[in-house]
Amino acid sequence: MQYLHNTYEFNSLQIACNSITWLRNAENLITIELHSGTENASMLIALLSDIHANRPALEACLAHAREQDTERFVFLGDYVGYGSDPEWVVATIMEFVNDGAVALCGNHDSGVALNNIPLYPEVQTVTDWTRGQLGIDEQRFLANLPLTVHEDDRLYVHADASAPADWNYVLSVEDASRSMKATNSRLTFCGHVHQPAIYGLSSTAKVTSFTPTPGAPVPLLRWRRWLVVLGSVGQPRNDDPAASYAIFDTDTTEITFQRVPYDIEAAADAIRKNDLPNWFAERLYLGK
Amino acid sequence: MIKSRMKKGATLDGFLLEELVHNGGMSCLWRVTWPECDKTPLLMKVPILTEGEDPAAVVGFEMEQMILPRLAGPHVPSFATAGDFSVQPYIVMEYVAGVSLLQRLLDLPLPYDEVAEIGVKIATALDSLHRQHVVHLDVKPSNIIIRPSGEAVLIDFGLSQHAHLPDLMKEEFRVPYGTASYMAPEQLFDMRNDPRSDIFALGVLLYFFSTGVRPFDDNDRMAAMRRRLWRDPEPPRKLRRDYPPWLQEIVLRCLEVQPAWRYPTAAQLAFDLNNRDQVKLTARSERLKRDSWTAVMQRRFNVRHITPIMKQSLPTPAFNAPIVAIALDVTAGAVEICNTLRAAAERTLKTMPDARLACVNVLKQGRKIDSGQDDEESSMHVDRLVALKNWAAPLKLAEDRVTFHVLEGADPAASLLEYAEKSRVDHILMAAFPPKSPLRRGAPLLSCVHPGGALRNERLSRGQHRIMFVAGVIANSVCLRVNFSQRISKNFIY
Repeated sequence: MQYLHNTYEFNSLQIACNSITWLRNAENLITIELHSGTENASMLIALLSDIHANRPALEACLAHAREQDTERFVFLGDYVGYGSDPEWVVATIMEFVNDGAVALCGNHDSGVALNNIPLYPEVQTVTDWTRGQLGIDEQRFLANLPLTVHEDDRLYVHADASAPADWNYVLSVEDASRSMKATNSRLTFCGHVHQPAIYGLSSTAKVTSFTPTPGAPVPLLRWRRWLVVLGSVGQPRNDDPAASYAIFDTDTTEITFQRVPYDIEAAADAIRKNDLPNWFAERLYLGK
Repeated sequence: MIKSRMKKGATLDGFLLEELVHNGGMSCLWRVTWPECDKTPLLMKVPILTEGEDPAAVVGFEMEQMILPRLAGPHVPSFATAGDFSVQPYIVMEYVAGVSLLQRLLDLPLPYDEVAEIGVKIATALDSLHRQHVVHLDVKPSNIIIRPSGEAVLIDFGLSQHAHLPDLMKEEFRVPYGTASYMAPEQLFDMRNDPRSDIFALGVLLYFFSTGVRPFDDNDRMAAMRRRLWRDPEPPRKLRRDYPPWLQEIVLRCLEVQPAWRYPTAAQLAFDLNNRDQVKLTARSERLKRDSWTAVMQRRFNVRHITPIMKQSLPTPAFNAPIVAIALDVTAGAVEICNTLRAAAERTLKTMPDARLACVNVLKQGRKIDSGQDDEESSMHVDRLVALKNWAAPLKLAEDRVTFHVLEGADPAASLLEYAEKSRVDHILMAAFPPKSPLRRGAPLLSCVHPGGALRNERLSRGQHRIMFVAGVIANSVCLRVNFSQRISKNFIY
């Protein structure tokens, strides 16, 4: 692929692109600017967020995305937590990153790698368990994930872009407006909320909010700015238990949300077998 | 912008501008061709985006640019391409040859039959649009073109709402946009997602075309538009003494203030316009004058009258108001099957209060023509109608929920499918085998609606019986989707 000109290595993280800018802000948090040279190229990007160590869900989404001929993968964080397959999931993400994919840091990843996030006791239990499951390479990988990645006119971030390390949810028009005003990127893609949403900012500063319908492409009109909240691959929370991700077409600027059924039974059984909190298994069936 | 370039004979992105067809407040329409390819005329819509112009022009253009490429079928202009907004925004679409209904205004009032015919065409177009998740929200004569082949084409989706796309109009503006005399009451409360708003506008159009008078004035001040919430229009029969009651019933039902009192779907409206002899006449059809001032004042100051419109939750989804055709063999010997079908129909209708049932029987033709056949056929026709009504009686359905149809044709399957397509039937309920099939000889036949568009018979293994299924007609096509709704024998072959 033409855009894979160079690869840059930073600790365990490899990024493929034309040129790259590494930034460390005052809090020593990593942000990355990529210039992929794909500004005018047509490309399908699969955007996957909040995988939460759910192997069957990630496998189903990856297979689905490959069927759609996606050429690039962007992972928006939270590879671990809740689920029982952190090692496989993180190893898979590392392979994708080696092949040029983008991977962001989520609050659960930060919690596992750096133990720096206050979490609910049940979640903390899983976080501690997860740490024991991961090898040193995986932990280092999680520790060095960037908080934001700029690629052409797109910003990838796990939560609210106005303060990426605060892990604020983008739940309302006001949150979306704050996040969009904090960046010059025309498009922001984030996760964290586990419920799909699209926010549009017009030239008159009016913000549209919209819940996308799975399978129906929504054009992110070029003369507006947009913030897209991805659903969750591994723990959907909008009453639909199917795994959720989206595909963005850089040519038509259309984003299509996808719902992919997966083997919930297997994911739930694995959680129970590892003596992780039962609710994390039950909620998978409910999509809550 | 490069407005100066927009003149006759100029080219824009390869399109040759041939003629300025329309120069409106919000956009210009050019007839263009694509000389590199062929000479097929196309229509280019160019928004007027100068400073100080109505911002709705921009947002409306954005909406149209999103919606038009997502629509298909003969009832919309097909989308060709769109220009880059940062250079010169435009949309290129099919140039629809035909007559705009605007041109018919000089001929009003039109004969009732012609009004009904136009009404069917528009309702059919709206049904197609609504099934594609779009509410037009600006149905009026200037936005409808009748193709030479007869179909109505809806144009201008600048005010439309697509259920699967962000509604930029709603977010941008706090005042209702639309055409004052055609706007439904709920649009005044910024409700933009109810397909029944288009049914109201079509009611206005039918009223106007059949009487020559608009039911509501075109004053676009909010106070004036709100009068339609409590002030009923003059009944058409007051304006034209020979106005047929069935048409008044249909038109006034479309113009009901409460969306729930109108036709639930455009398909059901088209159905009634097609079956005028079976329209259930209510007090609406008899009205000769407007309501008294006391009644109007009661509505005016009765909060409960307005509240349901303002607080209206999600509109009735079209799939809750399907037209269900039931194919019945009412000849002797099919009693048991008819009973089973009645039970199936009852269950279907119970779950969907807005569904309506069309009881259909096919009178097979193609026999040798001889004298006296007309009388004989006419008598058989009546017999079948009587039998259909007799079949439906135990269902105790309200008159407006059931109709009876005896079709005639050499091929019953083809007749049934043709009927289903024309009447925009959603589901066909039928027995899986005809009573005179070789079933009795131990080899039952299953008549199934096949995606190819024809009924075909499938041989089933011995011992299978009473298999029923519902076939859903996909809008705009004869292609049928088979959903099995009833118990299906385990050896079912399809």
